[in-house]
Amino acid sequence: MKAGSNLEKVLEKRLFAVTGELGPPKGNDVSVIKRKAELLKGYVDAVNVTDNQTAIVRMSSIATSSLLIQLGLEPVMQMTTRDRNRIAIQSDIFGATALGIKNMLCLTGDHHTFGNQVDAKNVHDLDSIQLIDCVRTMRDQGRLLGGEEKIEGEINIFIGAAANPFADPFEFRVIRLGKKVAAGVNFIQTQCIYDMNRFKEWMRMVRDRGLHEKCHILGGVTPLKSGGMARYMAKNVSGIIIPDEIIDRVVKAKKPAEEGIKICVEQIQELREIEGVHGVHIMAIEWEQMVSKITEMAGLLPRPKIE
Amino acid sequence: MIKAEQKPIDEILKYLNPYNKILLSGCGACVTVCHAGGEKEVELLASGLRMARQKIGKKIEVLEVTPARQCEPEFALELSETIEKVEAVLSISCGVGVQTLVRHFPKIPIFPGVNTSFLGETITHGVWEERCQACGNCILEKTGGICPISRCAKQLLNGPCGGSSKGKCEIKKEADCAWQLIYDRLKTLNQLYKLEEIIPAKRWGVESRDSGLRRIVREDLKV
Repeated sequence: MKAGSNLEKVLEKRLFAVTGELGPPKGNDVSVIKRKAELLKGYVDAVNVTDNQTAIVRMSSIATSSLLIQLGLEPVMQMTTRDRNRIAIQSDIFGATALGIKNMLCLTGDHHTFGNQVDAKNVHDLDSIQLIDCVRTMRDQGRLLGGEEKIEGEINIFIGAAANPFADPFEFRVIRLGKKVAAGVNFIQTQCIYDMNRFKEWMRMVRDRGLHEKCHILGGVTPLKSGGMARYMAKNVSGIIIPDEIIDRVVKAKKPAEEGIKICVEQIQELREIEGVHGVHIMAIEWEQMVSKITEMAGLLPRPKIE
Repeated sequence: MIKAEQKPIDEILKYLNPYNKILLSGCGACVTVCHAGGEKEVELLASGLRMARQKIGKKIEVLEVTPARQCEPEFALELSETIEKVEAVLSISCGVGVQTLVRHFPKIPIFPGVNTSFLGETITHGVWEERCQACGNCILEKTGGICPISRCAKQLLNGPCGGSSKGKCEIKKEADCAWQLIYDRLKTLNQLYKLEEIIPAKRWGVESRDSGLRRIVREDLKV
């Protein structure tokens, strides 16, 4: 065991894991966190807490993760390299682990020009792969990046990262995953999957390199709410591919939201059949109330309770 | 070479408001190549300033000069006599040239007339693009000769982010994804194996601007 988190235990027992996602409030209103936490509690093994996603200022992922622990949920604290240099990163990891956070997702982060602080200076002292290496060094060697000084205490973190099989160059995607594995990643959450053929092709390349045996891969899914959302994402979000037949299904449906949920459930069932996929990451963005329904319809309930 | 763009004329006029006789200095090197501060731009800007000031009934006398390289002391010092005749200097050399004048002429106000933009190359006539950030430790050997520090919006050293799509960067749709270029180039050279290596955290704090003022001393060249 690397950290002994619930997510790690579920994955190590080879049970199909389920993670969710919670976006912190754009302020310090804790009731927002409580409301979303209630919608996710019992339906997922751990909850990702985003780190100022799309570069919009929100409550910090460390503080929100800590509040989730108090509310009885296990967080996966996301951390981006966009806003912190290696001093802040390592200091925040000390703090996060002291607060009981055991899972962390190492990300580069959305570019700051997408957000509400476009005049900011971005940092990118490390990239996501160097961040993985940094956390692993802290955990396994008990020392800081590039230093011999011993850390006071123990850093126990189950290290995660992202992978996007839908961005380009496609052939580089699996090389990049290989670098994340070499840097020490334990689990991977993918970008939202709609193009199942491309995902399966990527997984084949992952298996060819044996990477599925060196890290746990969780397929990312996001239920589509409406035809408009499907069309918007397909057209405007780089690194997301939505095949026309999926857009058509949502657009033509009498109840698009219900169709979106149905597609999501089908995707989860298809993902379960793919060798090397060890779980699903459900990103129901501002639609957390649907996670209970999706997990129930996909036969993922009840979630295991591991001591 | 260094690339620059002329500042808006209203901003320049504000700087020059208190003065009636100035020297406008261009530079015959980089800013000539990018049409921001060469002899031709000196002439055009000088006319523009004279007309603008005449219009508001506050004539300005503008002397013109374009040293070969304003950032080299021997050329900057050519301005010594002229500078004595004016109240202020407007330099449309890069920020380096402005500071060379400041160092040699401590008693006279010197204003910048261009924004120094980046170290780049000419793509086609009238188009320039950034190519180097002078990070202090060149990694082009690892990346097929294409620089991710200057050309990737996130300065990623180990491959493209999830926003690389169809060869373009999600931040600026007209910009090529640096890592797509690196991938294509290494594939052509049969060197894709280079992409498997993890490039470790860069020593920004020792080699780059983050270490404070950088200085090169060559003992063998000192006189």
